[in-house]
Amino acid sequence: MTTFNLNGHTVAVRSPDDAPLLWVIRDELGLTGTKFGCGIGMCGACTVHVEGRATRSCITAVGAVAGAEVTTIEGLDPQGKHPLQTAWLELQVPQCGYCQSGQIMQAATLLKDYPDPSDRDISAVMGGNVCRCMTYIRIRKAIKLAASRMRGATHD
Amino acid sequence: MIRRIAIAVAAFVFFGLLGFSLLSWRAAIAPIERPNPASFTAESVARGEVLAAEGHCLSCHIRPGGQPFAGGYGVNTPFGIIYGSNITPDSETGIGGWSLEAFTRAIREGVSRDGSHLFAAFPFNAYTELQDDDVKALYAYLMTRPAVSATVPPMTVPFPLNVRFLQEGWKILCFRSGRYRPDPAKDAQWNRGAYLAQAVSDCGGCHTPRNALGGERLRDAYSGAVVDNWIAPPLTEANPSPIPWTQEQLFSYLRTGVDPLHGAVAATMTPTIRDALDLPVVPDSDVRAIALYVSDIDRAGTRELNVEAVTREALKNSSLGSGQDYDPDADLYASACLSCHYNTGTVPLSARPELALNSALSLPEPTNFIQAVLRGIGSTEGARGLVMPAYASSLNDAELARLAAYLRRTRTTRPPWTDLENKVSVVRRELAASH
Repeated sequence: MTTFNLNGHTVAVRSPDDAPLLWVIRDELGLTGTKFGCGIGMCGACTVHVEGRATRSCITAVGAVAGAEVTTIEGLDPQGKHPLQTAWLELQVPQCGYCQSGQIMQAATLLKDYPDPSDRDISAVMGGNVCRCMTYIRIRKAIKLAASRMRGATHD
Repeated sequence: MIRRIAIAVAAFVFFGLLGFSLLSWRAAIAPIERPNPASFTAESVARGEVLAAEGHCLSCHIRPGGQPFAGGYGVNTPFGIIYGSNITPDSETGIGGWSLEAFTRAIREGVSRDGSHLFAAFPFNAYTELQDDDVKALYAYLMTRPAVSATVPPMTVPFPLNVRFLQEGWKILCFRSGRYRPDPAKDAQWNRGAYLAQAVSDCGGCHTPRNALGGERLRDAYSGAVVDNWIAPPLTEANPSPIPWTQEQLFSYLRTGVDPLHGAVAATMTPTIRDALDLPVVPDSDVRAIALYVSDIDRAGTRELNVEAVTREALKNSSLGSGQDYDPDADLYASACLSCHYNTGTVPLSARPELALNSALSLPEPTNFIQAVLRGIGSTEGARGLVMPAYASSLNDAELARLAAYLRRTRTTRPPWTDLENKVSVVRRELAASH
C-alpha cells in the first residue's frame, strides 16, 4: 500500500507498488482528467506533477511516488483558472482535447523553469507532448500569452 | 616413508588449524542490562546523532519501510547477501546487552559481543579510525533509540565462506586496526574532511575497488568500483565528468543530492545523502570539509579548465533533438527525455540534470546510464523532489542502446560505447531478477 498526497489530500491506495501511477489516479482514485495515450512515456497525455514537476504517470510506478506530492489537472488551480487554463480557453486551443491536460501540466513546468520561454525552449520542453489534431501553433501561442500574464503578475 | 609423510602432513594441518583457531579466538564480553537512557549526557547523544547521520548507518541498518536502526537491508557482496543487523538497544535481537567495551570492539575490530567475527560488509576497516569520544557518542545515541524487536534474515554467503572464525584470515590479509592520524602538512579543515570521509562516511567503501578477497585495494583508493551493478565513479582525477568536481559543487551535491553542473544522486549513493548528509543536524562545516578533501583527491583546483566554455558548449547542444532534423535517434530522445533534461541560459537547472555534464554519459561504461533509464528514480531515492519515470517497459534493448549511443555521440567527446544492446539486456536481466 502506497501513501502519497494527491491535489492536497493524503491518499492511501490499495494498488500494488508497481502499478502505473496513471492507472491508480484514473481507476482507483477516479480522477479522469489525466489521459492514457501511448502507455510508454512517449506522448505526454498522462503528464501530472510529482513534487511540482511534470512527470509521465503511465511509466511511473505508484510506489515511486511514495510520500510525494502529486498534482493532476484537477488540482493545478483550485478554480481551474491557472493562467495556462484561461489562455487555453481564450485562444480555443483544443480541437479534440484529449492531449490538453498533459500539455497544460507540461507547460506549467516549462513556465516555472523558464518564465519567458523562447520558441526553441517551447519546442524542446513541449516536444514530448504529442497533439494528433496538430494544434501546436495555438499551444505555442497560449503558452506565450500565459507566460506574459504570469510575468506581469509577479511584477505587480 | 609414505606413512611418515602422511603423519607429518596431518600434524601440520592439525597444528595449523589449532594455531589459527587460537589466533582467531575472541572472548565473549558479558552481557549487561540495557543502560538507562538517562545515564547518557544530552551532549553525547546529540554528537552521536550527527555521527550516525554522517556515517549513514541507515544505509544498511534499516529495511525499506522498516524501523530506524532495526536492520534488514541486504548488502549485495560478491560472496552473497549480508543483512544489516539490528542495532537498536533491544536486549534480545539488538545490542541492548552490549557494554561500551563490546560496542567499541565491534566498531574497531569487527568482533561481536559474543566473540564471533563480524563480516566486513560492516565497515569496521573504516570505523577503526574513529576517535574515542566519537565511538562513545555513537554508543550513547544508539542506546537512547527506541528498542525494536526485529531479527534479520540469515546471510546467503555459502559454506565455507560463512564460517565466522575464518574471518580472522581475512582480517590478517585485509585489515589494519588503528585510529585516524592527522596529516600535519594539511590544515584543520582538510583533516576534518579526511577523518569524516575515511572513518565516518567510508567513501572508500564504495568508491575504492576491491581485491578478490573483498579487501579494499588501497593503492587504487577512490579510483571507482562497481556496487550493486552501478558504477561508483572515481573520485580521483580519473573521474570523467566534463567539469571537475570543485569543493563548492561537491558541497551542493553532498548537501542536497544535486549539483547543476553535474547532476543528481542515484542508486546506493542515495542513503548517504537522504536522511544523512542532508539532515539539518549535520553542520555545513562538516559537509564542506568532506567536499574540500574530495576536491583535493580530484585535484579540481589544479586542473585548468574553462568551466564557462564547457557549460556553454553543453547548453548549446541541449536542444539537439528538438526541431526537424530527421534523425530517428534524436526523435527518440526528444520524445522520451528532452522535456525534462533540456536546459537553456547560462547555467543548467538542478531540477533538469544536464546530460552533457553528467558522468553517466562520460564514464567508460554505460552502466549507470542504462540503470537510470530502465529503473527510473523514485521519490525516496535520488535527490529530494526529483522523480524520473522508469523506461523498462517503454524502450526495448535496441532503442535504449540507440539512445545511449546517440547521447554519447552528441553530448560527449568520448569514444563510443561498445556492445550496447547486449549491455542493456544484461542490466535488464539483473533488474528483473532483483524484483
